[in-house]
Amino acid sequence: MLGYILRRLLATLPVMLIVAVFVFLMLRLTPGDPAAVIAGDNANSEQVAAIRNSLGLDQPIFTQFFIWFGNILRGDFGESYFFKKTVAELITSRLEPTLALSLATIVIAVAVAVPLGVLAAYRQGTLIDKIVMGFSVLGFSVPVFVIGYSLIYLFAIKLNWLPVQGYQRIGDGFGGFLQRLILPSVTLSVIYIALIARMTRTSVLDVMGEDYIRTARAKGQVEVKVLFKHALKNAAVPIVTVIGLGVALLIGGVVVTESVFTIPGLGRLTVDAVLARDYPTIQAVILLFSFVYVLINLLVDLAYTLFDPRIRY
Amino acid sequence: MRMSKGLATILTAAALLALPCGAANAQVTLKVVMHSDLKIVDPIWTTAYITRNHGYMVYDTLFAMDEKGEIKPQMVDKYDVSADKLTYTFTLRDGLAWHDGAPVTAEDCVASIKRWAAKDSLGQKVMTFVDTISVGNPKTFTVKLKEQTGLLVFALGKPSSNVPFMMPKRVADTDPNTQISDFTGSGPFVFKKEEWKPGDKAVYVKFDKYKPRSEPASGLAGGKVAKVDRVEWLAISDQQQAINALLAGEIDYIEAPSHDLLPLVKADKNLKLVDWNPLGNQYTFRPNHLHPPFNNPKVRQALWYAFNQKDFLEAVIGDPTYYKTCKSEFPCGTAMSTDTAMAGLLESNFQKSKDLLKEAGYDGTPVVLMHSTDLQVLTNLAPVAKSLMEKGGFKVDMQSMDWQTLVARRAKKEPVNAGGWNAFMTSWVSADILNPVMAGFANAGCDKAMFGWPCDEVTEKLRDQFARETDPAKQKEIAAAVQKRNTEFTTHLFLGQWYLPAATRKNIDGVLSAPAPVFWNVEKKSQS
Repeated sequence: MLGYILRRLLATLPVMLIVAVFVFLMLRLTPGDPAAVIAGDNANSEQVAAIRNSLGLDQPIFTQFFIWFGNILRGDFGESYFFKKTVAELITSRLEPTLALSLATIVIAVAVAVPLGVLAAYRQGTLIDKIVMGFSVLGFSVPVFVIGYSLIYLFAIKLNWLPVQGYQRIGDGFGGFLQRLILPSVTLSVIYIALIARMTRTSVLDVMGEDYIRTARAKGQVEVKVLFKHALKNAAVPIVTVIGLGVALLIGGVVVTESVFTIPGLGRLTVDAVLARDYPTIQAVILLFSFVYVLINLLVDLAYTLFDPRIRY
Repeated sequence: MRMSKGLATILTAAALLALPCGAANAQVTLKVVMHSDLKIVDPIWTTAYITRNHGYMVYDTLFAMDEKGEIKPQMVDKYDVSADKLTYTFTLRDGLAWHDGAPVTAEDCVASIKRWAAKDSLGQKVMTFVDTISVGNPKTFTVKLKEQTGLLVFALGKPSSNVPFMMPKRVADTDPNTQISDFTGSGPFVFKKEEWKPGDKAVYVKFDKYKPRSEPASGLAGGKVAKVDRVEWLAISDQQQAINALLAGEIDYIEAPSHDLLPLVKADKNLKLVDWNPLGNQYTFRPNHLHPPFNNPKVRQALWYAFNQKDFLEAVIGDPTYYKTCKSEFPCGTAMSTDTAMAGLLESNFQKSKDLLKEAGYDGTPVVLMHSTDLQVLTNLAPVAKSLMEKGGFKVDMQSMDWQTLVARRAKKEPVNAGGWNAFMTSWVSADILNPVMAGFANAGCDKAMFGWPCDEVTEKLRDQFARETDPAKQKEIAAAVQKRNTEFTTHLFLGQWYLPAATRKNIDGVLSAPAPVFWNVEKKSQS
């Protein structure tokens, strides 16, 4: 197992290298000029050129790449063009909101979707099944920002139960932290509830006809135990895969949700950096996201062994 | 353990006393959403308006523009001008102090002027007239001119980017092309560097030792009295969310709510609109003089006949409350505004436009018009321009892109087929275009001009005359001549003025009418 993990981790190195080259080239080939953004609208050509020179953007693209990549190998991701802070500092300061939002989203999604999926499978063809599947289609089809704005209108503006926007760090009080996390994480979890509930229903339905389910029932096991101990555990591998994919897809989801709810996380940082053409920040954030993506896939593969003893690495 | 009766009484009394005390000392925090997030904090390094606004929080200025558009002393107590108008002696007010407690000195101011003048185009122009700047004593400095100019005091009080903000000498000595990292100012608010989280918020607290002028606040001049303890600039990039937060009472002020959301503000009894910038903004069309077809003055002139201001303003702003047609290169309502030579222009006389194109020998070369799609106040301009130009006989290739791409592309001098361009449209803050010297698009100095690079000796001579002139009446005549020349040579076309009020909670008072949003004088009353 340890050897497998090491091999998988080593395999991430060429992936990261390709991502690094691709991201670097893509940014340099995309129209836009950070020096012009920094200089502002009233600046003349000379002012823009002076800033371009001070940032090293007037050097050949290969020189720029080797300087940047050499620094990365030394663990230095550079300094943001705009914020007078190192990229590492920026990312560290934005990590907590994104982790909190992602974790809360996954917890809500799994806690709601798995029981709903099992229930829909158990009551296949009934009104409950139709309601669950209807919700699933709706959750999948409605864009995140529409859900977000609707929840804000209802719970923040009309009922005044929750704040409209913003984030409170957990260190500044758990109550405020939770209060500000509810709307964004519920908003973001809707699509994952839909996805996981559908997959759970299908997987559980697949195993409900198996002999061991019939045997469990024949032995007099209560239905809850049959469903959650025997059926769900055997249906878990595809569900875990979908949850893993969901965690990876969250990277895209947090970008929108953090923008809608004004959460100063990595998603917002990415949007701001792209709009301002802050190359060092964009490059570092995309490298980080790529690494997280690879890591999640590895964790999902390892999780299979927990649910299916036949799988060995 | 038992507490003695006496001790319990003392503690209870202390607790009771502490309660109202705490309430009386409650910090008043103003939460605002500015037009963008604060990313760069050196107002000399960039011309970005958000950084200019940050500058007004933290730094003070020697002179400032009041509500009537007049330049008044601010940090300066008095100034004397010699009879030959070549020597200006400035004396600083008593009691000026930096945020670290050190007194503001003339040496600090001279260093600040030099750093600003190295970057700002008006500052550069003024320095061509300056012979020496010398420090007399800690409170006095003298500027000796080589020849007369009416620009010196105006430039030191100019209201918009780059504003000559005063910084301590140790900060002002920083290379103008390097960002400062020490944010010590002497303005009415102190920047809390440790609480600044780009993408989240910037925090300012009241500077208790700030000594305001005795006059009432007026525009950017007068007594800068901070009436709140703390100002937080929150970075809410989504306009709808900013309005939602204002409706819910989570924030107090939005600097620039988009026009389509203003009805939501008007409809809520707890909110109001505040016209803080009565000068507004001006739309402009900038042709590129380097390449065909706009390297031909007659082709450029046809634009004056193809366009009309109302179509642009209606398409972008919509509500006439927030726009005004104004056939003046220098904003209507300001000292240099004039309608000279505008008869018959900007009235969409398409036949005249076609005639001029025919006269010019226009061969149907498509005009590459850059269309900015992501800034709401600009998005609809280019499609209107395309439609009017086509009616006026032009062929137009409108290319859509985000503003940052446009900004990068407009700096390219290459021909159109090598990634260049023919025209783009933008908006100027009126405070930036008050006269022919400070208006960036009026500069026709070839390579030294802004993007579009017009090259016209006549315009440049007029601008030089303006800089030398000290009589306001004669300055106005020269401004009119610049406008007349523009209608012949066409450095750019002006397409009307527009306005955008701030949205605030009803309990916010004292917002000043000024060319930049400032937060001294602003009060936050308790909600009834």
